[in-house]
Amino acid sequence: MTQVIKFHEVTQRHGALTRLDALSFQVTRGEVLALLGHNGAGKTTTMHLILGLLSPSAGQVAVLGGAPDSRHAATLRQRLGYLPENVSFYEALSGHEVLDYFARLKRADRQQVSTLLEKVGLGHAAQQRVKTYSKGMRQRLGLAQALLGEPSLLLLDEPTTGLDPAATRDFYATLGELQGRGGTVVLSSHVLPGVEPYIDRALILGGGRQLALGSIHALRQRAAQPLIIKVRGRLESDAWHTCVSHPRYTQLAQNAGEATLAVPETAKLDALRQLTHLPGIEDIAVEPPTLEHLYQHYSQRGHQ
Amino acid sequence: MNAIMIIAGKEFRDGLRNRWVVSITLVLAVMAVGIAWAGAAASGGLGFTSLASTLVSLTTLAVFLIPLIALLLAYDAVVGEREAGTLLILLTYPISRTALLLGKFCGHGLILGAATVLGFGIAGVTIVLGADGVALGELAAGMGLLIASTVLLGWVFIAFAYLISVGVSEKPRAAGLALGVWFFFVLVFDLALLALLVSVKQGGDWLAWLLLLNPTECFRLLNLAGFEAAREHAGVTAIAAPGGFHPAALTAILLAWGAVPLALALWRFHRRAA
Repeated sequence: MTQVIKFHEVTQRHGALTRLDALSFQVTRGEVLALLGHNGAGKTTTMHLILGLLSPSAGQVAVLGGAPDSRHAATLRQRLGYLPENVSFYEALSGHEVLDYFARLKRADRQQVSTLLEKVGLGHAAQQRVKTYSKGMRQRLGLAQALLGEPSLLLLDEPTTGLDPAATRDFYATLGELQGRGGTVVLSSHVLPGVEPYIDRALILGGGRQLALGSIHALRQRAAQPLIIKVRGRLESDAWHTCVSHPRYTQLAQNAGEATLAVPETAKLDALRQLTHLPGIEDIAVEPPTLEHLYQHYSQRGHQ
Repeated sequence: MNAIMIIAGKEFRDGLRNRWVVSITLVLAVMAVGIAWAGAAASGGLGFTSLASTLVSLTTLAVFLIPLIALLLAYDAVVGEREAGTLLILLTYPISRTALLLGKFCGHGLILGAATVLGFGIAGVTIVLGADGVALGELAAGMGLLIASTVLLGWVFIAFAYLISVGVSEKPRAAGLALGVWFFFVLVFDLALLALLVSVKQGGDWLAWLLLLNPTECFRLLNLAGFEAAREHAGVTAIAAPGGFHPAALTAILLAWGAVPLALALWRFHRRAA
């Protein structure tokens, strides 16, 4: 069975509020899916539905072959790892004690506790009370908690908040390992630049609806967002002016020695060839549209 | 079952570590020894007077202190974990909500039980060592009943604390409600009953039954029933005819006072979304 998560026309109402509106998507085994969206877009609701903490008002949710809010939950929960947003843990206990407590409750091997603490970089602080931990350390403890029992599905709500760049890299390396073992990951994030290289697909949510779903590459093509080319040098020659007045290029900014151009993907090589032949150009930098641009594009479209 | 033990063990160790067990034991021991020793203060002397009056005073002490201690100990049991974010994790673990709440109940119950046995036990031993001519058998029976019923009373109010804790979203609100519960059962109820007693001129036998509507009165009845000498100190519970309620019946009612709020708390915990 390769479909780990299946949402079919899932609607979740809370009183008069519709948190999710007929959402359908599937996640395959070994995939890393990012849930992106503003606050209130439905990311956490989606996670809670996958976890069986909520039952859908309409539609079907299936996780690892069964509904997570049914009897299936008992077996399912053994194979899940979950890190909620903003966990402060038991302040009076040490990191090791906290993780040991969770390991026993999850019926996971208690030998894992020290290994996992080392892995998330808390080995030195294992015997310190959680009260003395920084935000980033708590986040790493939470990640270690989610990894207990080698879960086949990992759900992470804003996992990299409070992590420094090095810790974020370590974090994604850990995810990579899990993925290598056939594990599936669903994570939500609003720190877009960091997640881009590590995710297979993104599900962009807005107001409980699906705004876009696909790989970054596919989303990029569909959005047809232009490349940004930054040019530095002497930009006064006639050749330069004829070059940038090309109807397919848009000049976004120019001052004495620098200019920024927006160029469609398809015109990328043409533009580069032209620019490299211009006299007086000292440097050319190409920036493909980032996840952030795509996200803005799709969420603006969603609002219209 | 295993999950209940793990959770109970953690709660109990927390209780040892944050000094709950030690402080409850000390408060109960100091006050109980003080009461035993100042028993004759009213008649101008110091020292142990009679077993009956000492037990009556200890009962009154327990009625005031134990509900308060139990509520303070347990009011944040669920809402505290909710605020710390750990409740969300626990709810996604392969343990049931029933096991989670019962595990906490066992842990808190054990903290209160151990502290009560130790605290009142110390007082009992002090009386044996320091007072002359105390009938050991009588003392053991009286203290035994007092300790057992005090533990039971504590469990009743832990159950009340849970009922509050599962229903609210903020800790301060739970604390406020817990104080309200204490205020009602320990202070207001007595006064209201007294007012009713004064206003009812004729008959009024049925008033005694109203005592069963308050677990602290059940506790008082249970402990004072055996002491004829205690009747003058019994307060409002004196409206119950001597031997009017069988100790076994009172124990059963006290157990029900614990079971009903606990069952309601479980029901509410299951229904509430994460």
